[in-house]
Amino acid sequence: MGGNGELMKKKVNLVLWCALALLLMVGCRGGNEKTEVAKGEAVSPGTIENKGSDTLVNLALAWAELYMKMHPEVRISVTGGGSGTGIAAMINGTVSIANASREMKREEIAEARANGIDPVEFVVARDAIAVVVNPSNPVDHLTLQQISDVYTGKINNWSQLGGENRPIVLLSRESNSGTYVYFLENVIRLGNSKSKLLFSPDTLLMPSSEGISSEIRKNPNTIGYDGLGYVTPDQKVIAVAKNDSGPFVLPSPETVNDGTYPVARPLYMYTAGQPKGQIKNYLDWILHDGQKLVSKLGFVPLQ
Amino acid sequence: MNFNLAPNESSTLTMEKPKAERSTWSEFLVESSIRVVGFSTIGFVVLIFLFLLREGLPIFYEVSPGNIFGTRWYPTFDIFGSLPLILGSAYVTVASILIALPLGVCTAVFVREVAPQWTREILKPLIEVLAGIPSVVLGFFGMHVIAPLVRTNLDAPTGLTAFTGALLLAYMSLPTIISVAEDALDAVPKSYRDAALAMGATKWQTIWRIVVPAARSGIATAVMLGMGRAIGETMAVMMVTGNAARMPLSFNSLFMPVRTMTATIAAEMGEVASGSVHYHALFGIGIMLFILTFFINLVAAKAIFKKRYRGGLR
Repeated sequence: MGGNGELMKKKVNLVLWCALALLLMVGCRGGNEKTEVAKGEAVSPGTIENKGSDTLVNLALAWAELYMKMHPEVRISVTGGGSGTGIAAMINGTVSIANASREMKREEIAEARANGIDPVEFVVARDAIAVVVNPSNPVDHLTLQQISDVYTGKINNWSQLGGENRPIVLLSRESNSGTYVYFLENVIRLGNSKSKLLFSPDTLLMPSSEGISSEIRKNPNTIGYDGLGYVTPDQKVIAVAKNDSGPFVLPSPETVNDGTYPVARPLYMYTAGQPKGQIKNYLDWILHDGQKLVSKLGFVPLQ
Repeated sequence: MNFNLAPNESSTLTMEKPKAERSTWSEFLVESSIRVVGFSTIGFVVLIFLFLLREGLPIFYEVSPGNIFGTRWYPTFDIFGSLPLILGSAYVTVASILIALPLGVCTAVFVREVAPQWTREILKPLIEVLAGIPSVVLGFFGMHVIAPLVRTNLDAPTGLTAFTGALLLAYMSLPTIISVAEDALDAVPKSYRDAALAMGATKWQTIWRIVVPAARSGIATAVMLGMGRAIGETMAVMMVTGNAARMPLSFNSLFMPVRTMTATIAAEMGEVASGSVHYHALFGIGIMLFILTFFINLVAAKAIFKKRYRGGLR
């Protein structure tokens, strides 16, 4: 019995100690949080959070760096992650500008409205999607219809396109990429919104642009697509025509701006509500002086 | 091992009597904190599983079962057929075990039974180093070195195939298989070997007909643990298997691209809006993966416990 009492005392003691330790820990954490909040408040007026499309991320970074050099009081942080990620973050109010390589979907706009945010769209540059093959492949021009048939699996040998007798290996970005959705809607479905065509299940989905370019470089059977800014010199770019009669056009800033290259798209930035203050200044700068940087990164400037 | 056990037991017995006053307090403290840590591990696993269920179960009433267990995976267009992913994971895992099992068991036999002492001392730490190579490094190696080799030597359309993934996974599960199998061989009593040699068996006959069969439950455990390692691997697999969600139904599919459950979750989780159908579908795949690995580990654990009841083995 006496031993039991002793044990009880010890248990009580232990509980007390634990409680004390816990209190200390909680106290410390509380303190930290406070200082963090204070810091955040001090910095936030000059910080622009910019997140989204991986296609746009290099251009957005270049803009941010140059703008920060000219306006040292402004801090701009740029992160990638994909168009959907950026838009979701803008809807949740964690970033002020979302980068996107596609338009916002209707559900996304509805979700933003439900959150009390009215997204505003800006077209900041244009991008051409280049169709690329291995340099040793003799095929150098295709129509949109042919590309569509290749990616749905209807054509599966290069000899059907005037090339060598080799199987065709299809490469694509992952299904979360804005480029994937654009390519599907405008090339595979040829812009027909009623079409139910999908990528062939044999399509290799590569987690990165680098994955695509390394496979294109090494494997003569491959065909792939990516933003013009990501095409390296060791890939062969295919000239594309709208239909059998049309001219076959290589993608370049000129052919995108005069509308002859058929696979080009606008790139967007979205803000939560009409931009004000620093964010407005920044976007104004991007739409005017910032356009000089666009062509350096392989994209197409607005005018 | 047996020598150590006896004195330990007696020392704890004697300690309890005289110094009870001072030592029980600290002992109690240490004991209870260890207990809390131990139980919290179980608690965390339970919590993670509950979280998985909460996020993943909705998919099973949001879309029809015909859709979930269909043969096409196009999440962007609300087609969530998980069959190609499940089969893809199973295909790559089984292929990797078929490669790793003979290699692993032979290496274990060599290290434990054949190699002289000094070789063993070099080999054992080297095998453990093998386990420490980050999988993304192996994935990079696989993508740039193994995939082109597979393509040119096997005349496959592309080097990013199930086979390439299986090769990498086999390499990754080898350390687990070797060390567990080696422990199993180690646990075979010396009397078995002595008896076999006394009956006139050669060294080779002893190893192949006596020692390896006696250690078979341990080797089975090694294989199950290796499988658990292989099925959960993500990064390397995502980099080398091509991630095409096609049904791997024929033998030929081994040399075609394949998409695994883990790679799907990793590749798509970053982009989905939380709470969407696609998000729930990815967690649904997580649940399936959890259950699969749970059963594999359960079978492995069963084999381990069975070994304990068998006489003679440690």
